[in-house]
Amino acid sequence: MAKKILLIGFGNPANGDDALGPAIAEIFEQKNIPGLTVDCDYQLTVEDSSNAAENDIVIFADASLNCNEPFNFEPVKAKESGSFSSHSVEPCEVMALAEKLFNSKAKGFILAVRGYDFEQLKEGISEKAKSNLEKAAGFLEKLLKNENFENIKVISCS
Amino acid sequence: MSTSKRVIIEPVTRVEGHGRVSILLDENNNVTQARLHIVEFRGFERFIQGRAYWEVPVLVQRLCGICPVSHHLGAAKAMDKIVGADKLTPTAEKMRRLMHYGQMFQSHALHFFHLCSPDLLFGFDADPMIRNVIGVARKYPDLAVQGVMMRKYGQEIIKATAGKKIHGTGAIPGGINKNLSIEERDVFLKDINQMMEWSRGALKIAKDYTVANLEKLKPFGSFDSNHLSLIRSDGAMDLYHGNLRAITSDGKKIFDQVDYSKYLDYIVEEVKSWSYMKFPFIKSIGPEKGWYRVGPLARVNTCDFIDTPEAEAARKEFMAVTNGKPNNITMAYHWARMIEILHSIEKINELLHDKDLQGTDLVVKGQKRYEGVGLIEAPRGTLFHHYKINENDQITMANLIVSTTNNNEPMNFAVRKVAQDHLSGVPKITEGLLNHIEVAIRAYDPCLSCATHAMGKMPLKVTLYDYQGNEIDSKTKD
Repeated sequence: MAKKILLIGFGNPANGDDALGPAIAEIFEQKNIPGLTVDCDYQLTVEDSSNAAENDIVIFADASLNCNEPFNFEPVKAKESGSFSSHSVEPCEVMALAEKLFNSKAKGFILAVRGYDFEQLKEGISEKAKSNLEKAAGFLEKLLKNENFENIKVISCS
Repeated sequence: MSTSKRVIIEPVTRVEGHGRVSILLDENNNVTQARLHIVEFRGFERFIQGRAYWEVPVLVQRLCGICPVSHHLGAAKAMDKIVGADKLTPTAEKMRRLMHYGQMFQSHALHFFHLCSPDLLFGFDADPMIRNVIGVARKYPDLAVQGVMMRKYGQEIIKATAGKKIHGTGAIPGGINKNLSIEERDVFLKDINQMMEWSRGALKIAKDYTVANLEKLKPFGSFDSNHLSLIRSDGAMDLYHGNLRAITSDGKKIFDQVDYSKYLDYIVEEVKSWSYMKFPFIKSIGPEKGWYRVGPLARVNTCDFIDTPEAEAARKEFMAVTNGKPNNITMAYHWARMIEILHSIEKINELLHDKDLQGTDLVVKGQKRYEGVGLIEAPRGTLFHHYKINENDQITMANLIVSTTNNNEPMNFAVRKVAQDHLSGVPKITEGLLNHIEVAIRAYDPCLSCATHAMGKMPLKVTLYDYQGNEIDSKTKD
């Protein structure tokens, strides 16, 4: 039976390469992969924990300023942290809330796609980041087809 | 020559902007000045110039990942004026209202359960490692689940009315692009009683806490101020539409039932050399005393009544605490916010039973205009959108006053009051001071993302300066 997988692409499409997360979501929304639910938002919030708990695997797709090129794929562990007044939460906090509030057993992963230009109110992904996006999407598609999420530590592809 | 010292509080990360507090001391280590600095990015008004007016309700959502729906509706209301739609069809107006109450409900739920409840449940002085949403999840798991599910309910309403969570397209100039199907309606009706029940519970927590701690809360970051909000023609609270009313700290009307398209005759935005954020004030009173508060506290203070029974009963209890006069206690924002959450869910319930939501008459148009103003009561307060277009339908001017900008001076007052009460005589930023400043700012639920027109985290940095301007201490809260 296919695993239930949630893919959340997040970021602000108006901030240049910060659009990489939503772009991943857009790509996979059109693929209709069995068992895969795709969500997209500007940022992660507490209710993502409830959605996470309804799945076996949760993949957070985000742009990164400093990960290896072209992308990183690694597990995300539930981790608690306090924040002053942010309305958003981090992937580790989503996983922590999912565990604590909804007894989630879901495994979390981050697909971090390397971006370069995060200028505010700049539309469009840079050419270099587009190439990274293509490679990351290709990697993720293979992974989703194989459903082999065991023993993943850090995957940094070139 | 100044004989003051200065202390600062600052943060930065990927996006939401900086919350930085600077505190200046005199030779005797008394606080002479305390300022909240928010690095406002005013690029959006320029970015949008040249774009077609019909794109604006979608484009403005890029301003903020926290309250995109408020910007979506504020801009759509301005564009209604541009297309000459002075009165929307019942279906269009009610769909927009449903979207707006969904936004209010989810936003207030997020603030109360995620950001404010740790302060209320654990106390201001509790260790920040416990005083957070995970701490609530551990000690009060049922409450934490309620917060998550209420937020989710509101988000689903937004999705059903706006089309999607990111870059919703529901509201268009002159109306709306979809109605609510019976199937969609029934999904929301299934959980409405649960949402009502949880809203009552959240209101009770906020009310009981405020009443039990009234003497402690009265002076905390509090001060007298004017209050401003939209108001319905009969004086009722109306979060979606109305005219402007401003009152003094003791309830006298400064102006009432002002057509908001004339806002520039009543409101002025002052620029100060030390801040990128503007300071709006009421023109007839002037910058010194004309600043005002917006948001839940202001709205409950300015309205004559609330047109839903449970929220109205709650409003009466709230007003009784100050003998019917406006409440100027900063921490009363939380109670007022929960009155609004109950009002919002009562309104959602009312709308879900209204057959107009299944209507098919969605858009109206009239005589084209070249200028439009749209105001809405966003979760954090009055939001102004003002645009001009040219003959090619392109935007030539945009002016936005976001809720957090309206609350700029009040937040500065709150910080100053807390600093004076908790720092004077001690030239050091203690954990307690940091906590108290944080709690005072948080009462306003500032959306720095919105005010700075950027997104992400909002850490806090406090810096202390001596009377010669030398930095003597600094602490950051991520």
